[in-house]
Amino acid sequence: MSVNIPPIATSAAAKETSAALAMRMSISKVNFFYGAKQVLFDINMGIATNKVTSLIGPSGCGKSTLLRTLNRMHETVRGARLEGEILLDGQNILRQDVTAHRRRVGMVFQRPNPFPKSIFDNVAYGLRINGSKLPISEAVEKSLRHAALWDEVKDHLHKSAYELSGGQQQRLCIARALAVEPEVLLLDEPCSALDPISTAKIEELLVQLKDLCTIVTVTHNMQQAARISDFTAFLLIGQLIEFSPTPQLFTTPGDPRTEAYITGRFG
Amino acid sequence: MNARLRWRKFVSGFMLAMTGVCALVSVSVLFLILGYLVYHGGTSISWNFFTKLPAPVGETGGGMANAIIGSGKLLLLAALIGVPVGFFGAIYLAEFSGSTTAFVVRYAADLLNGVPSIVIGIFAYSLVVLPFKHFSTLSGGFALGLMMIPITLRSTEEFLRSVPNALREASMALGASKWKTISSVIVPAAYRGILTAVLLAFARVAGETAPLLFTAFGNRFWSQGWNQPTAALPEMIYRYAISPYDDWHRQAWAAGLVLLGLILIINIVARAILSRGIAVPRT
Repeated sequence: MSVNIPPIATSAAAKETSAALAMRMSISKVNFFYGAKQVLFDINMGIATNKVTSLIGPSGCGKSTLLRTLNRMHETVRGARLEGEILLDGQNILRQDVTAHRRRVGMVFQRPNPFPKSIFDNVAYGLRINGSKLPISEAVEKSLRHAALWDEVKDHLHKSAYELSGGQQQRLCIARALAVEPEVLLLDEPCSALDPISTAKIEELLVQLKDLCTIVTVTHNMQQAARISDFTAFLLIGQLIEFSPTPQLFTTPGDPRTEAYITGRFG
Repeated sequence: MNARLRWRKFVSGFMLAMTGVCALVSVSVLFLILGYLVYHGGTSISWNFFTKLPAPVGETGGGMANAIIGSGKLLLLAALIGVPVGFFGAIYLAEFSGSTTAFVVRYAADLLNGVPSIVIGIFAYSLVVLPFKHFSTLSGGFALGLMMIPITLRSTEEFLRSVPNALREASMALGASKWKTISSVIVPAAYRGILTAVLLAFARVAGETAPLLFTAFGNRFWSQGWNQPTAALPEMIYRYAISPYDDWHRQAWAAGLVLLGLILIINIVARAILSRGIAVPRT
């Protein structure tokens, strides 16, 4: 399948900024297929260390697919095929052991998905399967504090995770992912199933968490991308249209399609 | 208009009453059987029934200790064969297999489930009894175990499939291997259902008579070992019920009561276990 790929509108300012930044991950010439259907076309972008990078675009643009390739979750889907190169700290992730890679790149999903276990056991799960030598209860407390959930749950750690509210469950899932100390945390529309107050808490949390790890988030909500991210990538029908520092993408978009999307003319 | 409305109200009331009656019938069948068993066999149940061997023909009294122990041994063997095969097979079906393999295995299991139990008995006879030249406890357990496989397999698979995919993804994304995900997230999430499935299979084969007729065969004395014939409760019920003696008939009723009681106890214990632990909420 041949497709005309327009040049990505990456401004000079963006190039300058990204040159000065350390890159945790780099995506180059990534094409992605579900069976015969191509859903990502020649994606090239970098994920800056200890920054928040947002992927935005209309439904079906491939932003979630792109996110899932970063910790190789696409491999759980039959018939999925990835071409190109994705580097984490300079190493091709496709040549690493998949379980080892996923310990370095954690993921939080659209709907809160705690395990049917206690709050404590949810957070401890990743530590236990990895045979962590750290004292587990300390590590659990640390992760829950990082996820801004500790004060709310410290007195009932052994209750079922399902007794928490949706927003608390999502923060528990973030704590669970943080427990194994990932270098990169991926979030796939983490607030789409939550109310505005819970959403605000998670947004605040993500901004704090970037000191701890590199964050990539997919969102439908442009205001959210504008509020929390340092860099924003705009995707449209599987192509990366624009990738710039967030203020620039939202104030002076370099591509008419980006402008049309962020001003609400489609999507 | 008014007549139409009255008619509709009548139909609605009638159908509601019908559902209630049918629900009542399903429940009362169990209680009728239970009452009947108690009425006919209750008087024969005594300490002796659980501790003594069957009395020789012509003497009254005696018990069915050998049949109770025999049933226990047969069910143990059946569980050792049926539960692991059904359980691990279900994991393969639900978590690993492609759609074609799954279809074939599922279909075969459904057919195996429909094979008459007497045919399973003949099969076990030719496969285990003939080569060993013995009716035996082993062959009876083997026959019952074969019957447990499809029941355990199909229902366990259903329960594994009902575990939300989001839990699999959550575990995989933490760097858990496929097997680790299955053993520490999926199976624990489905364990209530799986346990129920296993117990239902257990209760189902506990009352099977036909497969035992030419495998475990029956025995009026203590079984001399795993490779010797043994008595079993359903088989004793059969032999005592077709006998011409009133006392044996009473004992057959009593044996039925004991069998039903055992299944009831298994169910109650299962419910008690099931009420503990954390269930995945329905969404």
